[in-house]
Amino acid sequence: MKVRYFAWVRERVGKTEEDIDPPAGVATIGDLVAWLRRQGEGYAYAFENPNVVRSAIDKRHVRPDARIAGANEIAFFPPMTGG
Amino acid sequence: MSVTVRLQREAFDAANEIAALTRSRTDIGAVVTFTGICRADENGEPIAALNLEHYPDMAEAEIGRHIEAARQRWPLLGVTVIHRYGRIAPGEGIVLVVTASTHREAAFAAAEFLMDYLKTRAPFWKQVEKPGGKTGDKIWVEARASDDTAAERWMPAAVKRETAK
Repeated sequence: MKVRYFAWVRERVGKTEEDIDPPAGVATIGDLVAWLRRQGEGYAYAFENPNVVRSAIDKRHVRPDARIAGANEIAFFPPMTGG
Repeated sequence: MSVTVRLQREAFDAANEIAALTRSRTDIGAVVTFTGICRADENGEPIAALNLEHYPDMAEAEIGRHIEAARQRWPLLGVTVIHRYGRIAPGEGIVLVVTASTHREAAFAAAEFLMDYLKTRAPFWKQVEKPGGKTGDKIWVEARASDDTAAERWMPAAVKRETAK
């Protein structure tokens, strides 16, 4: 599945997007964040406070307990500051 | 209802957008516009500009979902939302919301509702560019709790409890 990063999450991870293949057992957004945090320093920094980072599945906001099965595109980003 | 959503780099003209929304119509009795403008300071510090990053497809979808929610709540005849991205200098518009209805109550309420949701749910992120132009002087604007509070007042009590979890 494709993962996209925005704003300071993007800067800390060091990528705008990537294709990932998490192991079985990574079922929810929360699981995915926990797995990503172990993928390197940048990820650990981006998700150092997982409660702050927001997520979306296929362009809809979701909570950490959302299941990722069947997702085409997952996005992680800071709280929004538009308007 | 006529709906226009545009995400663009270019400046917008509120008067043009009102004219486009109301052209050759005689059923509209009230138009409300809100324009969010880039100030020359952030937290008391001078700024050179704002740079807005966004998540293109989601931003459009999210704005569309909130317009649909507004339409179900109020008898609207038209809505235009324009949100800019890229570099925006002090004095320039960032966001424009135009709502049209037969009477003012719906137009005022829907404009406020849409703005409150745009602030907290539309995937845009502001970065401050400090005067002097050094790349190290770019700082992400932090979300404000008062914006969340403003959006929450439109939610039914049951949803508020769910969100608080």
